[in-house]
Formats: sequence, structure tokens, C-alpha cells
Amino acid sequence: MQGKLTNSEKHRYSRHLSLDKVGLSGQEKLKAAKVLVIGAGGLGCPVLQYLTAAGVGTIGIIDFDSVDETNLQRQILFTTADIGINKAVAAEQRLKQLNPFVEFNVHSEKLTNHNALELFSNYDIIVDGTDNFSTRYLVNDASIISNKPLVYGAIYKFEGQVTVFNYKAGPSYRCLFPEPPKAGSVPNCSDVGVIGVLPGIIGSQQANEVLKIILEIGQPLSGKLLTYNSLNSSFFTVNVNRSESQIEKVLDKNFNFEQIDYDFFCGIKQDKNIQEITIDELKEWYQNTTDFQLVDVREEWERPRIKKENVIIAPLDELDEFVTKISKDKKVVIICQHGIRSLSAIETLKREYNFNNLINLQGGIVNW
Amino acid sequence: MILKLKYFGMIAEATNKDEESFDFNGISIADLEQALKTNYSKLEQLNYSFAVNQTMADQNMELKENDEIALLPPFAGG
Repeated sequence: MQGKLTNSEKHRYSRHLSLDKVGLSGQEKLKAAKVLVIGAGGLGCPVLQYLTAAGVGTIGIIDFDSVDETNLQRQILFTTADIGINKAVAAEQRLKQLNPFVEFNVHSEKLTNHNALELFSNYDIIVDGTDNFSTRYLVNDASIISNKPLVYGAIYKFEGQVTVFNYKAGPSYRCLFPEPPKAGSVPNCSDVGVIGVLPGIIGSQQANEVLKIILEIGQPLSGKLLTYNSLNSSFFTVNVNRSESQIEKVLDKNFNFEQIDYDFFCGIKQDKNIQEITIDELKEWYQNTTDFQLVDVREEWERPRIKKENVIIAPLDELDEFVTKISKDKKVVIICQHGIRSLSAIETLKREYNFNNLINLQGGIVNW
Repeated sequence: MILKLKYFGMIAEATNKDEESFDFNGISIADLEQALKTNYSKLEQLNYSFAVNQTMADQNMELKENDEIALLPPFAGG
């Protein structure tokens, strides 16, 4: 067992060591365990905090986003001084102070179908703390292909869901939700509020499931979806059956994981022919003084703002009022925070106003 | 037959209630879904799974008096 504890660790974890169901051997299992937490946001923060405190030996943190002031209402690992810093980096700084015995792997990039399988291969358990359907289906499929248990948590306003997928031949996310969201049904990310404590409750439940899986105690929440309503403090549990056809679909040799366009699959992008550029390419365009227009479809309060002469502000809900200002001749880059509202703007402009010169900023302006 | 319906997340917003007693004149989940879409047009836009008496159920499942049916939407947030 590679997880031998030092005397200092034995002292730190003494409240675990005195539990029959944990003890020295359990704590050694925690030390030997490797857990990947996807997203260091509302759910990721409490998950990371509890797993670090509990002494999980190796913790991977992946998040491409940076800390924004509006995150601080619920993302409790971060302070005002962290605004603008990558979340995986800021989280690691804080967590190292909490427990120097834990090894962290920081991945400050976006999880994609090109890096997921290699990343997952280095861990025993995957925790889903993402904030969009595309990544949730991607994480699920990569977990099935890599045969790793996936501890799922998701929130909406005052309600949350928790379960464990792909655990010992249990069901997967696709068994619970075989159909991806309907096109256009995914809410605008700046519009959805969430009560600050909720991700703390759901994320803590996820951390608890991770510990149970590592320690092999109790009954991991596999085959059961737990829902929680914070307004009436009620829990509701539903049994979820494994659907062999859903699992087989992902394991089929014709399921080409790295080629799937998950944004298209989830109805976020309805048109496969939308041109996209990356943030680095956009920066190059500014350096090379390429002639183009930039249309920002975010609300005025969203940061960072782009202070360039070619920028037009046209919040998505008021897009119709700004159409005449958008050029039909030169290249036009449409931007928003994470690249989802901008896709919806492009689809509207193409469909209703016959634009054919629009380019989406992939992943949004958040890392400008 | 009378069914007990439970709504979650955006389904509760579309129906404007968390739960209700529903007088149902059909047979299966598929029939119930049609009846609900007639009553609540916003359901047309949404995605959800059904559970009958706390177990996930498919469209063909036949319903009986006093069954409790939950409409569970996926949540994206994290």
C-alpha cells in the first residue's frame, strides 16, 4: 500500500482514525486515492475543500475559467483578491494552505473530447462540477469509456441533484437523461440565479459519496438520484436503472468520442457550419490590425470589457435594436462570456437577417 | 383515475406548482405526457424524465390509480 501515513498525518486525521469504518487502513486508502474534480465553481469548491481536508492523496483540478466577482456569493474557496485569477490556480493556492500533505495537479485548460480520456486515465474517481450540458455529456461518455465512477452533482436555483454514475455496472447519465436538452431550451447563463448555500449542500454530498467509494463503506448513491429542494428542505429519491443500450452506444466502436460536437448534440449550437475562432486568434487579429467588427452580446455589467474601437455592445435580449449597426461586409466576431449566447446570437442573425459573415469566439471572452 | 404529480426545477416553473392531484383519462406515460402538454404549453420546450412511484419509467408504462409520477428535468448548473 503506497498510502503509508507519517506521524504528523496520523495526528491530523485522528478523528478519522478513531472511526471504526475508517481507521488507519481507511485513511491509507484515502491517501492512495486519486480524484479529478471537473470545475472549481459552486460545486467544485466544497468538493475540493472536503476532499483536501479529508486527506485524499492526489487531487486534480480542471477549470479554464477565472474568478469573477459574481462567483464570490457561493464559491467559497475564493476571496476578493482572487478576482481575475484562473480558478484551478486560485483553488490550489488556498487548498495547499489547508492541507500540505495533498498533491494537486492543476489543469487550467478547458476539458474537451481531445484531452478527457488521457486526463481521466490518471485518476480513480471523477467528480462532475461543471455548469453546462455539453460538458456533462462529455464527462459522462469519457467516464464510460475510461470505466471510472462519476460522482454527479447539478443545481438549479433552489434545487439540486446528486448521484453516482458508472459505479460497478450501475447506470450512467445517459440512462437517466437519454435525450439531450431541446434546441434553444438551455437558459442564458447570465439569467439563471442560484441561492448561495445550495452548491455547498450538493457539493458536500458529492464529497461524501467520493469518500464512501474510496473507503468502500456504506452504500454509494449508485442507481438512485437524490434531489434536494432547499426551499422546503425536502429530499426525494428516484431509482435509476441501467440502460444497456445507452451504455453500449457509447462503447460501440462506431461511437467516435473525439469527433463528437457536444455543443451541437445538446442543442446549444444548432448549425454545424458556424465559423469559430479562439481567443489567441482574436488577439492576433488585433495585433495584425485585421479589419473586423466585434459584437459583444453580454449585459453591460459583465466583465472583462473589451476596450477597442471596433466593439459594438448589443445584449442578446435587445439584439434586434442593434442589427443595423452590424456590418454585412467585413468579418464580424460575436462574443459573450463563455461562447454560448454568442452562438445563439449568430443563429438568430443568420436566420432572421441573412448574415453570412459572422464568427463565434469559442469559449467566450472570459480569459481575455 | 387520480394521479399524484410532482414537479421539479423548470417543470415546476412551467406548471407554476410543485405538485398536484391530476384526473387522468389515459393509459400510459405517453398519454399522460400529451395531457400535460395540453394543460401546460411550456412543457413542449423542456426536457425531462418520468419516475413512477420513485422509479424511472419509460413512455409505455401503464399507470394506475394513486400512482405518484415525478417529472425530473436535468439541471445544468454547477
